[in-house]
Amino acid sequence: MDTVTNAPPLVHLEKVSKTFSNGTAAIAGLDLELRCGSFTSLLGPSGCGKSTALRMIAGLTAPSTGSVTWDRGRPELGFVFQEPTLMPWRTVWGNVFLPLRLAGLTRAQAEPRIADALARVGLTGFERSYPRQLSGGMKMRVSIARALVTHPSLLLMDEPFAALDEITRSRLNDDLLSVWAAQRLTIGFVTHSVFESVFLSDRILVMAARPGRVVADIAIDAPYPRTEAFRTSEVYNHHCRIVSKALKDAMGGQHDH
Amino acid sequence: MTTDRAKLVQAALPILVGLLFLAGWEAFVRIEQIPVYILPGPIRIAERLWEDWDTLSDSLLVTLGVTFAALAAAVIGGGGLAILFAQSKWIEASLFPFAVILQVTPIVAIAPLILIYVPNTELALLICAWIVAFFPILSNTTLGLNSTDPNFLDLMQLYRAKRWQTLWYLRIPNAMPYFLGGLKIAGGLSLIGAVVAEFAAGTATAGTGLAYRILESSYRLDIPRMYAGLVLLSLTGILIFASFATLSWLILHRWHDSATRRER
Repeated sequence: MDTVTNAPPLVHLEKVSKTFSNGTAAIAGLDLELRCGSFTSLLGPSGCGKSTALRMIAGLTAPSTGSVTWDRGRPELGFVFQEPTLMPWRTVWGNVFLPLRLAGLTRAQAEPRIADALARVGLTGFERSYPRQLSGGMKMRVSIARALVTHPSLLLMDEPFAALDEITRSRLNDDLLSVWAAQRLTIGFVTHSVFESVFLSDRILVMAARPGRVVADIAIDAPYPRTEAFRTSEVYNHHCRIVSKALKDAMGGQHDH
Repeated sequence: MTTDRAKLVQAALPILVGLLFLAGWEAFVRIEQIPVYILPGPIRIAERLWEDWDTLSDSLLVTLGVTFAALAAAVIGGGGLAILFAQSKWIEASLFPFAVILQVTPIVAIAPLILIYVPNTELALLICAWIVAFFPILSNTTLGLNSTDPNFLDLMQLYRAKRWQTLWYLRIPNAMPYFLGGLKIAGGLSLIGAVVAEFAAGTATAGTGLAYRILESSYRLDIPRMYAGLVLLSLTGILIFASFATLSWLILHRWHDSATRRER
């Protein structure tokens, strides 16, 4: 695990702030970096700006002040939203084809890459299905396949499994880890689930709200591959306790629910 | 099996009600001995339709010609303008109010003016029908183009999609159900527009369309022929609506909620 914690940063945000046009300070004085090959989770209460931070890394939102720096140029990146965001009028194949089509590839050129991306998420055989014929979990798999089809070196995921049931979610967690291991990806993962972030990540950045900033940087020193056994292990529980504590501190005793 | 039977009953019911209504009408006319120049029975109307089929069908073709030319112009004009609106809020803001003005001004009131300024009657009719037909297409398509999921626009930005790619691959297919809804309305409206304009023109000049035939029959107190013309117009309207509903189903049934069957 030392190899990851000492890996060079892929991207870093320095003294970043974001004030929306209505005057809300979503983020202030945010410093964070994603290291090459790491699985980093941004964990925090709603309104802490974790999604905004992810969107800034993706270049979808510009910081009001501060900088987003890529140490060796901006790599190819994939983004997965909380909703599957699929085109209902296209088949599974057509949806995964979209990024390649936008890049100017023909169907024939794209075919092997699409087949490969679908195989990685376990959707071989569903090429001709329409999104409405699929379950929530399968739609999310299509969304992940679409993000992987461009062979990104950075995958950004904004609470991708928040709307799924527990069983589907844990299955997708397992599959995401195998994709990550096989592709040597860097993953930035936004979540509000302590359990999910500990299971998946090698590093968790805990964020606090009003204004959004990073308040704790916790390494999860547990080896991969992480299996079902890991979910009940003492190491897992130990880290869950640490992260829960950090999250509670971050929320500063506010119990607004 | 039971669902098939239920479907059959559902299809047969309106036909049965229609037949009952016609039979009641015929009986009323015969029993009360209503003169044919006040209210002809359905059988007399059918006879008149048959006798005058050559003239009436020729007139119908003229009206249909105007209707479809206007509808085609409405699709191109309304759809094209909607795409233009989608390119910039400024264009939309500066032009949309005028489209609304054109829409809310009653066509019967503008038609005589258009007939004065446009020397070619055929073209004048077409303009009138176009004015009423283009607005539902414009407003529906504009709504559809603007209701694209913002996450999707982010995705297009992430993959550095060009403007035309976002329009072609995302906005236009997304607007398709809205456009088709507008088309269904516009199909009926362009027929109405063509007929109204013909009435306006018919009082001034001699026309050849179906509305002119109805007007002509009323001058001659040929009431059965008026009804015959009316029947043809209604059937045409129903046919236009049904064909666009079918077209809409063909395009959407694979993916859109409006056209997919719900499993119970």
